[in-house]
Amino acid sequence: MRPNNFSDALSRRHFLAKSSAGIGAAALASLFESNGTAAALGTGGSHIAPKARRIIWLTQAGAPSQLELFDHKPDLAAQMDRDLPDSVRDGQRLTGMTAGQKRFPVVPSAYRFARHGRSGLWLSELLPHTAKFADELCVIRSLHTEAINHDPAMTLLQTGHQIGGRPAFGAWASYGLGTENADLPAFVALISRPSGPTNAQPLHERMWGSGFLPSKYQGVRFGSGKDPVLFLSNPPGISATQRRSMLDDTADLNALKFADFQDPETQARIDQYEMAFRMQAAVPELADISGETASVFERYGPESKKPGTYAANCLLARRLAERGVRFIQLYHRGWDQHNNLPSGIKSQCYDTDQPTAALLGELRERGLLEDTLVIWGGEFGRTVYSQGTVSKDNYGRDHHPRCFSVWMAGAGVKGGQAYGETDEFSYNVVKDPVHVHDLNATALHLLGLDHERLTYRFQGRDYRLTDVHGKVVRGVLA
Amino acid sequence: MRFVPVSLFASYFALRCSVSFAAEAVSFNRDVRPILSDACFHCHGPDEKERKSGLRLDVPTEAFKPAESGARALVAGKPAESELWVRLMSEDPEDAMPPPKTHKKISESQKQILFKWILQGAKYEQHWAFVPLQPVPPPQVKREGWARNPVDRFILARLEAEGLSPSAEAPREALLRRVSLDITGLPPTPSELDAYLQDASPGAYENAVDRLLASKRYGERMAVDWLDAARYADSNGYQVDRDRELWAWRDWVIEAFNRNLSFAQFTIEQLAGDLLPNPTLSQKVATGFHRNHMLNEEGGVIAEEFLAEYTADRVETTGAVWLGQTFNCARCHDHKFDPFSQREFYSLKAFFHNLPEKGVGNYGASIRLNSPPFLKLPAPEVEAKIAGLQKQVTEANLRLAEKGVTASAGVEDWVQRFLAGAVKWDVVEVVSASGGDQPPRVDAAARLVEVGPQETRANTLVFKLKIPNGPVSALRLECATEAASASFLWSELKVFSDVGAKGKEKKPLKLRAVVEGKSIAALEAAKVLDNDRRTRTTLSAKPDAPASAVFELESPMAIGSNSDVDLEVELGVENAGGPSRWRVFCTSAASELLVPSALVAAGQKEAIKRAKVERDQLAEYHAGLDPEYRKLNDETTRLKKSLSEAEAEIPTTLVMEEMKETRPTFVLIRGAYDKPGEQVQAATPAVLPALASDLPRNRLGLARWLVDPGNPLPARVSVNRFWQAVFGTGLVRTSEDFGAQGEAPSHPELLDWLAGEFIRSDWDVKGLLRLFVTSATYRQSSKFTQPLLERDPSNRLLARGPRFRLQAEFVRDQALVAAGLLSDKIGGPSVRPYHPPGLYEQITAGNGTNQYVQGKGEDLRRRSIYTYWKRSVPHPGMLTFDAPFRESCTLRRPRTNTPLQALNLMNDPTYVEAARCVAERMVKEGGATLEARLVYGARLLLARNPQAAELGVLQRAYERNNKSFQSDPAAARALLAVGSQPVDGGIDPAELAAYTAVVSAVLNSDEWITKE
Repeated sequence: MRPNNFSDALSRRHFLAKSSAGIGAAALASLFESNGTAAALGTGGSHIAPKARRIIWLTQAGAPSQLELFDHKPDLAAQMDRDLPDSVRDGQRLTGMTAGQKRFPVVPSAYRFARHGRSGLWLSELLPHTAKFADELCVIRSLHTEAINHDPAMTLLQTGHQIGGRPAFGAWASYGLGTENADLPAFVALISRPSGPTNAQPLHERMWGSGFLPSKYQGVRFGSGKDPVLFLSNPPGISATQRRSMLDDTADLNALKFADFQDPETQARIDQYEMAFRMQAAVPELADISGETASVFERYGPESKKPGTYAANCLLARRLAERGVRFIQLYHRGWDQHNNLPSGIKSQCYDTDQPTAALLGELRERGLLEDTLVIWGGEFGRTVYSQGTVSKDNYGRDHHPRCFSVWMAGAGVKGGQAYGETDEFSYNVVKDPVHVHDLNATALHLLGLDHERLTYRFQGRDYRLTDVHGKVVRGVLA
Repeated sequence: MRFVPVSLFASYFALRCSVSFAAEAVSFNRDVRPILSDACFHCHGPDEKERKSGLRLDVPTEAFKPAESGARALVAGKPAESELWVRLMSEDPEDAMPPPKTHKKISESQKQILFKWILQGAKYEQHWAFVPLQPVPPPQVKREGWARNPVDRFILARLEAEGLSPSAEAPREALLRRVSLDITGLPPTPSELDAYLQDASPGAYENAVDRLLASKRYGERMAVDWLDAARYADSNGYQVDRDRELWAWRDWVIEAFNRNLSFAQFTIEQLAGDLLPNPTLSQKVATGFHRNHMLNEEGGVIAEEFLAEYTADRVETTGAVWLGQTFNCARCHDHKFDPFSQREFYSLKAFFHNLPEKGVGNYGASIRLNSPPFLKLPAPEVEAKIAGLQKQVTEANLRLAEKGVTASAGVEDWVQRFLAGAVKWDVVEVVSASGGDQPPRVDAAARLVEVGPQETRANTLVFKLKIPNGPVSALRLECATEAASASFLWSELKVFSDVGAKGKEKKPLKLRAVVEGKSIAALEAAKVLDNDRRTRTTLSAKPDAPASAVFELESPMAIGSNSDVDLEVELGVENAGGPSRWRVFCTSAASELLVPSALVAAGQKEAIKRAKVERDQLAEYHAGLDPEYRKLNDETTRLKKSLSEAEAEIPTTLVMEEMKETRPTFVLIRGAYDKPGEQVQAATPAVLPALASDLPRNRLGLARWLVDPGNPLPARVSVNRFWQAVFGTGLVRTSEDFGAQGEAPSHPELLDWLAGEFIRSDWDVKGLLRLFVTSATYRQSSKFTQPLLERDPSNRLLARGPRFRLQAEFVRDQALVAAGLLSDKIGGPSVRPYHPPGLYEQITAGNGTNQYVQGKGEDLRRRSIYTYWKRSVPHPGMLTFDAPFRESCTLRRPRTNTPLQALNLMNDPTYVEAARCVAERMVKEGGATLEARLVYGARLLLARNPQAAELGVLQRAYERNNKSFQSDPAAARALLAVGSQPVDGGIDPAELAAYTAVVSAVLNSDEWITKE
């Protein structure tokens, strides 16, 4: 038989139970309750002792500038409007957008930095809320990638390869560890657009796709409209009670079919319809935030009551984490500040800083940060030189693959530190370089998965998330 | 040589001695190669750079040589002297093979195989897929009578060898539904079913097969798989993902299947139709096959990088589709498992590297999005429209020229007048200003408005002005800056006046863009007067060079009212631009005095010293002062615009083309576009039959080489894929990989026999399918039995017929057929059926082509192959049922079973509407009784009569739903209102809703989405 479900073990159990057609949701639920642990439901299980049971990846699409947020370069002030030395650029290729630029004038951050927490971690004034969690954060300043344009870079970050077709991290995690909640998908994607006027980079359904892995591992995009999951609501005129009876009718037909043909797929289909029915209840319950207290909304900020905002999605991320969803990926668009960077990044931070901090705080208070890995960052960095003309308070920055900053917090992460260093121009990594493959290897490690052993054979080759690269970055581990 | 501990060998031998080593011959291809390939070739295989210790195990001459250490990996007949065996058995982590760090493991039974193989002489065989095709006689079988054609003899011989028997033939209804779905992707209609059931002739089934093969629906069904292989989509992919036009190629494929073009010709025309002698339009359109790859239009793209991507895609797709080889593995280094070098990859690339293509999309082009090379397609109606417009433009030009001659008398007098009369501009007093991202600041003394950075798209700024008493003939708007530079995207201008207005209501002034002094060109300034925010102009200002635009009032007016505000100026600005300072000026100067500075300069010259271009400019400008001339001129401009719009309506299609000069091709070191190595020439891989010397070294030569009967791969790979389409799994399960890491065929002789037949029949695709579906193998019942489930759960031995879920496209098509809605229109631009709202907006860029504008009428009812395919957001109904993204070649779709599929079939308006339309047919066509109607419904949906137990389920379902809807008529009406098909008012709504719910229960059943 070939069980197909968000959880293999789930349908396997169900099949063994030889459930007759038309079994009610309650009966099914009780079937799983006693076994609702990762070990029982997982497809593969861990290679190493896991620190994290789930990941919340706060993807900042469009590439936030490391210079204004994390990579403090006080000496750059003296370099204002001077040309970037060729020795620093050292043959780095340019995008089509600045290739024609005659000079590369250095521009320092328009925003100030200060030390925060007991650890004294340097953070920008743009992140006052996140800064309260300085001692939880491990800021990796030495991340680097090969890709120089958004689509290939985001695809590399998420799938280990610049060209589409491979599974996203969340799909690998779901393939490797299965689900902890029989009523919800193991991998959920939530997307928000910037509130400001910035140019929002488009995304792609395949970014949360399962590539060559079976599509049951693909991320399910939760929308902000009437149906958080596509086609979740019954059509007008069909009540939940009626739906239950209709599914019983279908199950009766399927049971007759199964008795005649004995195709295990028929049984699997009965299971899928039961799960669909349970999702019809579980997803609206998840998305219904009306029961949250006023103080919670206050904490996430004024946008958190508006569905589809980053703030609302952070709140949903906490609710998903509470319900055992394995991989929760948020995307906030709008970080591509080729021009008007100072105002653009400020508006992006307005969208993201407070809700991010609220999420960290809530996870910590509810004991979830212990087994949740939170990652915040984009797909590459930005150039120290200005794209277009430069003035003290207005400039832009082009794409920069050689260094960028992300932070990790939570399960198994050594907080309160900046890991890795860049040169005085935040242009090249000078200490402890971390490739995106290394970041992925480390995140898998924290989930208890060995990135060299989590493989899937496709076209004759054993593929990995980290391709043939990657090493676990020990320095960021607690 | 290393000392071999005798004990190791002896103990192994003793342990395994019960196994008869000599009795059963080990086959290298079947038994040994898969083990070596998986565990050893990575370091001891074709890739020279990765090779460890100089040992190569995939080639016998190398494997028997002493390695660098002097040790011999293989000594025929002597495992104990073979280093391979010794290292395999070693428990020392330093020595053990494969090294523990590779995580590769060799099982005990695999060790036995290797042991036996060495003992039996370590004989190598050529990889099965590369072995030339030999005639294969169909085998003898015991149950001669069962076989209907040679296919069956191969299948039966294997079943008999395994001690299994085939299943009984499927019931006639089931068989007709199965074969209809396989050949046309659609179920039989009740009348087709009746006709077939009534046909008692011995050839009834074969006749039905022939009818289906002749149906136009056949080409649409076959094209679905080919579109996956060719990575067809209606958008360019990557980040920007704007539309492209390639549907003419898709239609070519459908038509080629329908006219049963030989697969050899199908291959040649798609790879090189343009290089055939005197190619037809159709043959050129066919070459769109290799323009289906993605195209990156992202702003920062480096053309060279993506040119390398597109050409590699063509090599990989060709390799997968025709050769079943994973050439992508040889892009950065020699292939790890199969005998293809990196150099050979680039030699293949040289065939596809000679297109006049640019590597990046033309992001600036707003209308024609196809990236060259492309062809214009014939479009008689549009062409007629163009011819008509061209005629009108010619006539209008003539009239304009005539008028121009009369209007240009008196140029010199006018020149003297404007030279004498300077235009005096007065700065207008600003009363207040509002709007925009930040409130504008009014500097009353300087009479200017300071505007902060505007970033919100579509902002509107409003200035209220007080004009000095006196007549006003024109206004000038000036944008200045103190920043190093600033540019403003200005989309709209509206000016309201309270002069002559009654009460508070202000009337809009009619304006006309003109040029005075150094103001911006009139055509540019006119963009803000057209009530269309999409057309806009850019004002670029510097501290010493403000930008200005001048507008003449259609009728001059006299100001002198007593109100606080005379004029209200509304500026529409689009998201861009730094801080700026605005002033508004007015003048009372006569229209003829408002002249561009260039003309002033020309006018200042003596008449005879003016250049011709200057004379013409003066004459034209002067003519433009005449309102009648202007009217004619506007008319001509309008006609020209219509003409260029009509020209853009001509459909185009992407094609291949060769450049005259061959573009050199280099090995790219580690696959990096900017690291060219050795130059290579177009050539085919050495392990395959040579490219004949009389074939050209271009795409045409390559295509002819692919379909040369001496090349065993294309025929093997193709018949396997057609087999997969019908039986669900290929004879080679890994239909995309016939290499060492792929799976060996389940029935190698059958595969070769079919490949030979395919070539012999001149690559007759319909003939091949007919052979499959008329075989006894195909006609078996698809019921599982417990013993078979245990012995052969995935039905590789084919002791029963195929049973599996339908492809995404056919799930939806089936619903439309049953509902009587399916349009039979073939081809044309893709259409946009029902689609959940908001799906695009969340993730796509904000430009116009990224809105999903749902179609109407017939567009909602076309076959799914015509559904618009956007790569970044493929139609959810497709994706949910395992359709690929179409970003790269896909030769095998997975078949999953998920709750999202259940939700789709339960609640998507497509299926809710279809269920209601089936219900209407049941009531209107099914008869008078409940039972008759339910039986008819089953025949519409499942192409068979329901069994008694099923009928019982349906009856109870109807009674229950009817009761519920009778008591809640509003719910019934709400359900019936889903979709766009009008509801039949003659049927009781509760009754119809109840039937709809019953149909929906069937639409969600396992059988309905399964080919059985």
